[in-house]
Amino acid sequence: MLEIAKVSKLFNPGTVDEKTALVGANLTMKPGDFITVIGSNGAGKSTLMNIISGVMKPDAGEVRIDGQNISNLTEYQRSQWIGRVFQDPMAGTAPRMSIEENLAIAYARGKKRGFSFGVTRAKRAIFKKELQRLGIGLENRLSAKVGLLSGGERQALSLLMATFTRPQILLLDEHTAALDPARAELITTLTETLVKEMNLTTLMVTHNMEQAIRLGNRLIMMDKGRIILDVPEERKKDLTVVQLLGEFEVISGKKLADDRIVLG
Amino acid sequence: MIASMQGAVESGLLYALMALGVYITFRILDFPDLTVDGSFTTGAAIGSVMTVSGTPPWLAVLCAFVGGALAGTCTGLLHTKGKINGLLSGIIMMIALYSINLRIMGKPNVSLRGKENLFDNVSTLVVMIIFVIIVKIILDLFFRTDIGLSLRATGDNSRMIRSFGANTDITTIFGIALSNALVATSGALIAHYQKYADNSMGIGMIVIGLASVIIGEAIFGSKTIFRATLAVILGSIIYRIIYAFALRVEWLDASDMKLITAVIIIFALVVPSSRRVWKQKNVARRRTAEMLAKLDKAQPGGGR
Repeated sequence: MLEIAKVSKLFNPGTVDEKTALVGANLTMKPGDFITVIGSNGAGKSTLMNIISGVMKPDAGEVRIDGQNISNLTEYQRSQWIGRVFQDPMAGTAPRMSIEENLAIAYARGKKRGFSFGVTRAKRAIFKKELQRLGIGLENRLSAKVGLLSGGERQALSLLMATFTRPQILLLDEHTAALDPARAELITTLTETLVKEMNLTTLMVTHNMEQAIRLGNRLIMMDKGRIILDVPEERKKDLTVVQLLGEFEVISGKKLADDRIVLG
Repeated sequence: MIASMQGAVESGLLYALMALGVYITFRILDFPDLTVDGSFTTGAAIGSVMTVSGTPPWLAVLCAFVGGALAGTCTGLLHTKGKINGLLSGIIMMIALYSINLRIMGKPNVSLRGKENLFDNVSTLVVMIIFVIIVKIILDLFFRTDIGLSLRATGDNSRMIRSFGANTDITTIFGIALSNALVATSGALIAHYQKYADNSMGIGMIVIGLASVIIGEAIFGSKTIFRATLAVILGSIIYRIIYAFALRVEWLDASDMKLITAVIIIFALVVPSSRRVWKQKNVARRRTAEMLAKLDKAQPGGGR
């Protein structure tokens, strides 16, 4: 499905501020995999997301989808395969446009955009049905401006917009980190349901250790631009937060340092 | 008086297309495009030169539309592909167009007297009302299409629309081209209306366009695209009415109008934002008073 082969990325190369974001990172995702990603500050988690989605181009290495090298495609070209939810609840939706208009934009993913109407009666019915999955009543507010929604509602909508066209890969970039605990829990539950229902291949970065263990079928840990630990499903089932922190210390020789970490 | 009112409404409708163009870049794309000052004259130049050489006026106006679109495309390319700051790309194109417009006209001004005119034998008012309404409806419908939605999203949240597969470079260029096409059309219509084109007629046009957008939105609101485009058209008409009144004031000159326009815009920009701050302060003060009162009730004597 998704392959990342020996990908490296430097920031500010050749200057005193040179920083290694990724060095020879390898990762292979099978269809239906739901991988959670944890790691310390500056481990390269976000860079990994940006390189997969095409926001950044790797300095070396390849990103492949279904064996096809997509390293040279732009973000908008890759969007036909890749859905993404950002950390910032404001980032995934257009505030001055209505809920149905936002959904129409998401609905056009991977299709050619022409001069046909974005919101039609037929599409509105689809949007209503899809919004019901969220269970927060947005299906009755189709023409409301998205800017009027709360952060939690906006993130739920972003999640639906990223998933309902069933992209081959779903990237979740700490998408619950900016929400209060109750809303974060709602989004986490929704994520679990949507990913399961649509059987999406998912890569999720999180700061919540407990969440990283609970969700998904595989867990990877990153440090200094490399993947240092890859926990398969069988081992992940019995893993605890304490064990995970211990493993990190053994492998990297230091404590897991993350100012936003949540042990769960 | 009535004649001058009718004249004000007529020119308001003629300039409304330019205001709609400014609305597209300024509000929808969130791109302050200064190309307008040049492309307005480009439209007037193409419209008048072609008419002088015997082209049917409607075809000349259509060519002005295309010329404006080309100018806008250049600004869009400078900004997206050349990575030049938005304001600067507009200014560069504006200055380039100044020379290009002179080339098109061959001299600083062209008279259309005695030539075939778009508004011969018809009521300018009626023709313009119909034309502006048609343009408005087409724009409203366009902004509901898939391309229209992605254009609006480009101005609203470009990061989001990229992650859904729209090429924001293309939508930006398209939007700026459409905007300047409307501006140039307006220029060509004005040239026919006043029966001459002048190389300096576009100066300050962006500010007049902005004033129309701001006045219209302040009075008629901008909740939906339908409402906003209507507001911009009415804003343009109101601006021309204010202009007509200003001309009747004895101690004001026609040349003072640019200063008046600037003052209108400053007011329209400053008043709503300071009113918002003031309102928020009041609400905050009231809410804290309420909360403190509640606390006092729960713990009489401040809980000492």
